[in-house]
Amino acid sequence: MKKKPFAWQHNPGFGTFTWAVMAFLYIPLAVLFVYSFNANRQVTVWSHFSFKWFAVVAQDANIRLCAYNSIIVAVAATAISVAIAIPAALALERGPGFKGRALSVGLITMPLVVPEIVTAIATLIFFSTIGMANGLLNLIIAHTVFCIPFALLPIQARLQALGGGFEDAARDLYGTEWRIFRRITVPLLMPGIISGAVLAFVISLDDFLISFMVSSSGSTTLPVYVYGMMRLGVTPEVNAISTILLVASAALAALAFVFTRPPGSEAPAKTTN
Amino acid sequence: MSDSKPSPCIEIHAVDKIFGSEASGYRALDNVSLTIKDKEFFTLLGPSGCGKTTLLRMLAGFETPTRGDIYLHGRNVVELPPRARRVNMVFQNYALFPHLTVAQNIAFGLEMLDWKKPQIGERVAKMLSLVRLEEFSARKPAQLSGGQQQRVALARALAPQPEVLLLDEPLSALDLKLRKEMQSELKRLQRETGITFILVTHDQEEALAMSDRLAVMSGGRVLQAGTPEEIYSRPASRFVADFIGEANIIPGEALGRSGTLAIRPEHITLGAGTPARLRGAVREITFLGADTLFEIAVPHGTEILKIRARLRGRAPDVEVDGHVWLHWPDEVEWGVDG
Ligand SMILES: Nc1ncnc2c1ncn2[C@@H]1O[C@H](COP(=O)(O)OP(=O)(O)O)[C@@H](O)[C@H]1O
Ligand SMILES: [Mg+2]
Repeated sequence: MKKKPFAWQHNPGFGTFTWAVMAFLYIPLAVLFVYSFNANRQVTVWSHFSFKWFAVVAQDANIRLCAYNSIIVAVAATAISVAIAIPAALALERGPGFKGRALSVGLITMPLVVPEIVTAIATLIFFSTIGMANGLLNLIIAHTVFCIPFALLPIQARLQALGGGFEDAARDLYGTEWRIFRRITVPLLMPGIISGAVLAFVISLDDFLISFMVSSSGSTTLPVYVYGMMRLGVTPEVNAISTILLVASAALAALAFVFTRPPGSEAPAKTTN
Repeated sequence: MSDSKPSPCIEIHAVDKIFGSEASGYRALDNVSLTIKDKEFFTLLGPSGCGKTTLLRMLAGFETPTRGDIYLHGRNVVELPPRARRVNMVFQNYALFPHLTVAQNIAFGLEMLDWKKPQIGERVAKMLSLVRLEEFSARKPAQLSGGQQQRVALARALAPQPEVLLLDEPLSALDLKLRKEMQSELKRLQRETGITFILVTHDQEEALAMSDRLAVMSGGRVLQAGTPEEIYSRPASRFVADFIGEANIIPGEALGRSGTLAIRPEHITLGAGTPARLRGAVREITFLGADTLFEIAVPHGTEILKIRARLRGRAPDVEVDGHVWLHWPDEVEWGVDG
């Protein structure tokens, strides 16, 4: 009798195991999500459905300030990291091969593997050594640094997938490098830019450790503030903020997914003239 | 240049291209010299990897020669970037801009040349009708068939009125029927526009059918350049003879002479009775519709020469294993190198 090749999915218990993992991942999220709509001040005791805590959160001046900080930092870090990632990706993918290309890629993507606590402490020491304590600006710089690889990777992947053929065709059709960049490269790169930007934004918005080290009293971000609130125990407000963060991140991820469907089904932004 | 003829469209003079370092790099082009006349349909023919694309990209301005010069209407262009040459290219995979419509694709080169809007509109309309794609102007390339994409690529490259149009294996992605259609379409476009076309192909039938003149390339070198008739009837080497059609290679000693000669299968006649040049045994007879193909084994010393003869019309009265005499007139044979 011929033996069938080993297939994981036909192993007894595989299904159960999968469901167990899913449960561990998602039940806590689901509980948090559901209880953020709980009217009771006791977070573990359900009374009835209400948006009350969202209203409370929305009216809390501290929370609003922190949310505002988080968004400013995330928007700025995203914009700067994308602005750096695009030319970096072009240099890596389209530039002449240069010595140390592999090293450059390694150095740029290093933050992905360096333990965050190390980066956080190093960043803190760096800012205190140069004596820079400019609240939000410190945060923006720190966030930009770890956002760059997240912005770079999708853009670089997209450039690689596109190949240089379209740009060559545009050069053949009398385009100057700058006009080719604007009319051909950027529009074709847009799915990569959008997913790089969304990734960078979400990573910045969710960051705790580095923000915790770098932020000062006036420049606290939302996750850091939530952590502070948690020391007094889990409150309904914490649930509500977490749900807001969760929904915002998921919505952005969905947006990125829509914009980065494989080529063919794509509708990149139209060029203007 | 003693005569008063205008300078040729393109003059390629002793061009070498070495990828990598001079010492250890890959020599993709080796002392290539060619002259291409104005309004000519010129073809670069050769097997894959022989350097055709490299030479074409050099004419477009994407590669610079390691040595040698290229003149476009008398002007040395080797240092000029693509946008400074009135040369346009139809890329092998078309490279149509996927985010632009057909009309925007065709207009792209004109916009880059800073044509005025009304002139661009006029020219695009003219190009669309030239390639018969008027109804498709608002479509995106992904919504077109392969043949239609090809025509858009042609219109886009012809729109800026280049001095030379370069076509890199433009028909290889199309199926046979469409390929035949596009062959005559290309000929028509060249006649109507009066632009010099330089086509790259590895398909010898295509090259013979379409070109005014062609160059046969192999291993980075031009082996022979001439009209299809010249190259077909007088190939300069065994490689060319074999690559263009089919040739029997016969050592001279078999006929009591020196050297080596080549002869096309269709130039051989067979006879059962009268003694002629060679005698052999028929090994195989293949009926090919209009033609019949004979494979004949001719003893030559200790070897056996396999000779193919292709006869038109009714086959002579010979059978497999029967003996025949092979004959051909002097003027159809030619000498080749070893
Ligand atoms: N940029 C390059 N770097 C190194 N080798 C190359 C490059 N471009 C082409 N070659 C080599 O030069 C040879 C000729 O290539 P090409 O001109 O594309 O041939 P063809 O178009 O006749 O098939 C090939 O062996 C190819 O590998
Ligand atoms: Mg090629």
